[in-house]
Amino acid sequence: MFQRDKLVGDRSHSQVGFSRITFQKAVFTPEPLAPATPLMTRLTANPNHIFGNYSSMTGVYDEMCDSAGAIRPSWQPFADAIEALGHEEIARRWQQAQEEVRENGITYNAYEGVNGNTRPWELDAFPLVISPEEWSELAIGLRQRAELLDRVLRDLFGPQTLLQRGLLPADWLFSHPGFHREFHKQGIRDGRFLHLYAVDLARAPDGRWWVAGDRTDAPLGVGYALENRVVMSRMLPKVIHDCKVERLAPFFISLRKTLSVLASHRENPRIVILSHGPTGPNYFEDAYLARYLGYTLVEGGDLAVRDDRVFMKTLAGLLPVDVIFRRLSDEYCDPLELRGNPAYGVPGLLQAARLGNVAIANSLGSSIIESPSLIPFLPRIAREWLGEGLLLPSAATWWCGQQQARSDVHSRLGKISVRAAFRVARRESPAPESLWAKSTDELDRLIEARPRDLIGQEQVSRSCGPVWRNGVCDSQRVALRVFLVATKDSYHVMPGGLVCMARASAPLDLSVLGGEVSKDAWVLSNSPVRPVTLLSAGKQSVALRRTGAELPSRVADNLFWLGRHIERAQNACRLLRPVVSRLTSESGSENLPDLAVLVHCLAQHGLVEPGFALESMRELLPTISQVLPTTMLDASQPDSLRSMFTAAHRNAGLVRDRLSLDSWRVLHRVKREFETTAATPRFGLAELLDLLNDLIGDLATFDGLIGESMTRTPAWRFLELGRRLERSQHTLAIVQSLFAVSNENDARALEAVLEVADSIMTYRGRYLAGVNLAPVLDLLLTDETNPRSLVFQLEAIADHVEHLPRDDSQPLRGADQRIALSMLHSARMLDLDSLQEHRASAKSTPLERALTRISTQLPKLSNLIGHRYLIHADLPRQMSEARP
Amino acid sequence: MIKYKVSHTTTYEYDAPVAVCQNVVYLTPRTTPYQSCSYHRLTVRPVPASPHRRTDYFGNTASLFSLSTGHRKLQITAHSTVELLERPLPPDGSAAAWEKVREALPQNRTEAGLAEYQFCFPSPRVPMLAELADYGRQSFTPNRPIVEALRDLTHRIKSDFTYDPAATTVNTPIAEAFEKKRGVCQDLAHVMLGCLRPLGLAARYVSGYLRTHQAEDQRRLVGADASHAWVSVYCGEHGWIDADPTNDLLPSTEHITVAWGRDFGDVCPVAGMFVGGGSHRLTVAVDVTPAP
Repeated sequence: MFQRDKLVGDRSHSQVGFSRITFQKAVFTPEPLAPATPLMTRLTANPNHIFGNYSSMTGVYDEMCDSAGAIRPSWQPFADAIEALGHEEIARRWQQAQEEVRENGITYNAYEGVNGNTRPWELDAFPLVISPEEWSELAIGLRQRAELLDRVLRDLFGPQTLLQRGLLPADWLFSHPGFHREFHKQGIRDGRFLHLYAVDLARAPDGRWWVAGDRTDAPLGVGYALENRVVMSRMLPKVIHDCKVERLAPFFISLRKTLSVLASHRENPRIVILSHGPTGPNYFEDAYLARYLGYTLVEGGDLAVRDDRVFMKTLAGLLPVDVIFRRLSDEYCDPLELRGNPAYGVPGLLQAARLGNVAIANSLGSSIIESPSLIPFLPRIAREWLGEGLLLPSAATWWCGQQQARSDVHSRLGKISVRAAFRVARRESPAPESLWAKSTDELDRLIEARPRDLIGQEQVSRSCGPVWRNGVCDSQRVALRVFLVATKDSYHVMPGGLVCMARASAPLDLSVLGGEVSKDAWVLSNSPVRPVTLLSAGKQSVALRRTGAELPSRVADNLFWLGRHIERAQNACRLLRPVVSRLTSESGSENLPDLAVLVHCLAQHGLVEPGFALESMRELLPTISQVLPTTMLDASQPDSLRSMFTAAHRNAGLVRDRLSLDSWRVLHRVKREFETTAATPRFGLAELLDLLNDLIGDLATFDGLIGESMTRTPAWRFLELGRRLERSQHTLAIVQSLFAVSNENDARALEAVLEVADSIMTYRGRYLAGVNLAPVLDLLLTDETNPRSLVFQLEAIADHVEHLPRDDSQPLRGADQRIALSMLHSARMLDLDSLQEHRASAKSTPLERALTRISTQLPKLSNLIGHRYLIHADLPRQMSEARP
Repeated sequence: MIKYKVSHTTTYEYDAPVAVCQNVVYLTPRTTPYQSCSYHRLTVRPVPASPHRRTDYFGNTASLFSLSTGHRKLQITAHSTVELLERPLPPDGSAAAWEKVREALPQNRTEAGLAEYQFCFPSPRVPMLAELADYGRQSFTPNRPIVEALRDLTHRIKSDFTYDPAATTVNTPIAEAFEKKRGVCQDLAHVMLGCLRPLGLAARYVSGYLRTHQAEDQRRLVGADASHAWVSVYCGEHGWIDADPTNDLLPSTEHITVAWGRDFGDVCPVAGMFVGGGSHRLTVAVDVTPAP
């Protein structure tokens, strides 16, 4: 790799690409010690102070400053540390943090199902700081609410005493479109419905936190909160330490413990994360959590129910699943009983859960209580059941399904907001946006027509806090989502959470994730905070394991294609670079013979129009020079360089949980490189050459990361198989182009071929004489020490195929093994010595015939592997129903 | 008392082998004050590995089973023997006014009361539609005795609608069936539920079988019948009274009740999912014969 960089000469990619990733943590300069006396206790209009120009909104609570404008004591250490760092340093670090967010490709799909709508995650430079005293009081109220809601679910899916005692109107439950009778009396193993719970909070002008909403289905944001903390702790490591910020890791340890307790009857339980898949709003988060918690990420299609047990479809067959950590809305979980879209869920899952064969967190049905129309009934339920009121107030809410409430809403129209009463599958109907635009009269009529579907809600006048925008400290509204995980007898509150900020309150009232920018939340501790990591969770000895998480067939398929796409892109770059460098050089038509080979090869790859002959080269070159740069950036052309990288990036996105963060970053950066390059006004050959150099360096980085950081599991083998197959085809194509253009003895053509095959250094080191055909062919085809040669690829392929999971009871080799060995054998037997004599006599030499045979065997092998391991079993379909 | 032998066979035939299939079926007749089931047997071919029975939220018996051996044909047969008692109907004019029934429904919060009240609400296949409510109100005029009003609505649906299997499918929305004034018994039952629920009455969908009348000189045609659907309305002190809008009658001893729910979706006789199979054909044969 380093050799290659020297060859390129003009730009060192190891510096541009590699160091930025690997040494990122070390780039920060040490933070100056906070001065003994606070820099400032009162905000003054001192432009040199970061918070100097900060002015809070009037009439609302300011998180950082009290009503007199002084920094709150809990924020003081943070404010001092920030002022000590100064404008420039903060700006620099924030820039780097932004870069990291972009490189990690943190996204949020705001609109489910619409492709390409992923929006980058915005993280603010400043956290929300919360004092330990305030937090511990808040946590008591949060735990009370979680326990209450869990009990409400137990009752509604059980004896329904709430309805019989009139604590909750029966109308509410019976008109709830998400109340699936199928979920009733499931017989839940641990008696818990709510394992992971999120509360949306808003702070009122009086300084109290109010509940603005509950998330009980499969709460989003817990992974984003974690990722925000990871980025912040790289940006302000010392500040976080000095401010004694509570760690988030213990929360995730609790989460893991809760999930493993669910499978307590099993020795070595298999826990999976069931995701909505890449079209879901939070696929990034699902993949992130899977990697962080060490669980296999699956989609509905990866699971199957057989004989009332849940299995994961893997390369090695069906493996039993004990616990499902559900990120998919319960509405979609079982298309057999709930008649949903078969694309997402697992048919038969509900019955498996009823029989206790699988535990699901959160339990199916938990979504029904995240509807805001439940809010008005909770205080009375709390008083009746717990003998005490709710410790946390919630926004005043009226469910229009009740007459008195309806007239209360009527008299308040214009002052309160009207929203959908029920939330099903993370959606509200009618959609909130459609209600905003309505006049009071229209709302009145709507309530008259569909009273049960609507609520009126008073919105808390949210607090404000500082947001760092282009070096200026702005004041924006605050929304805080906090998370709780069930423990043996209560709930563990995450000390921190996801903060979102927006200029206006409305988008935050809708969803915390509706904010413009997110923040980390720092809960301070009174005592020193000890570092915790998930890996050192227990003291008991751990049985050694060599395999990683199991490989679902779908993931193997994606890895295989990632390998192919990456290699294809890399080959295209290596082929294009000599072409472009020759086209830009002064020598002009002297390079015709070698260009002819290269252009022929380009045409084989579909990178230029096919049908070039040597004679027409001279006329065609200007056209190629003109067209090549723009077509390579054209996203609409399937064979353009950009499309190849897009395909690789997409495949990588599908297996994010399998790739190291650094590998993903490389691909993500390349994607952004294309985006910025495409926007360049004048993009010619010189710019294309620069781009190619960058890309080759980036891909070499990717190769290095895969080679050095991926364990040699089947996942790695499938990625490698894809790459080796692609590279074999590429090498064959080069040699075939050389013969096709019939100038195989032209030294310039041979040199060009060596350059494409990245073997020029090796050749020069080995042979002092000029470039000759036989040694070139040896290097490209039969030299098993050259990692670019055909034999090298075929040896690797045969080895990978040999190690794929297969049925040991079959004594004979499989068709895939036979074909891999046959290719390897023919390649080893290639006769280069007699080439010249054959060449003189026959039209097609034995060598060419052997190469042709291998090039037809390669796609056959690819298909065999696909059929055997990768191609998905059909999706389940609904049977026709006879109607009466 | 009348005794019937019922057999209900559902056959799926596939072009290609089916690797896996999972089913939920509602084929077990319920026990009611006027119906008892002395024999019931569900036969599935090929034989499923782990069949289960469960009682659902509405008190119906659901059978769940799955097959993971390859097959090209699936046959589900339910054999039942059912005894029916004549259902007494209050003479017209003697029942309470329908508003009285409506007002009492939300008051009763006992388990039994809630079991009735839950059928006052819209359901996935029976949404609240103003046009259906208006149509229903023409029969449910102020202070009309509930059974009389029910009889009138049943009669009006029968005369206003044309029985037409080609006009609708199993998933046609009721708004469309109502607009066309065409459909089969499922559509007519859903339309009737859509008329009753907006009035505040509790009305449920009943899935079952009907003994088909034949001309006296003709022999019964075996297998000519399909499963049938009608509605049941809560009528206060008279309990639940069934109404069959397809045949314009209030059922007594010729309707066999299998299951009830909010609409067809709750009690679909045979539902399932499968993997593989290519295209498939579905045939249903129902045979209801009086037994000695």
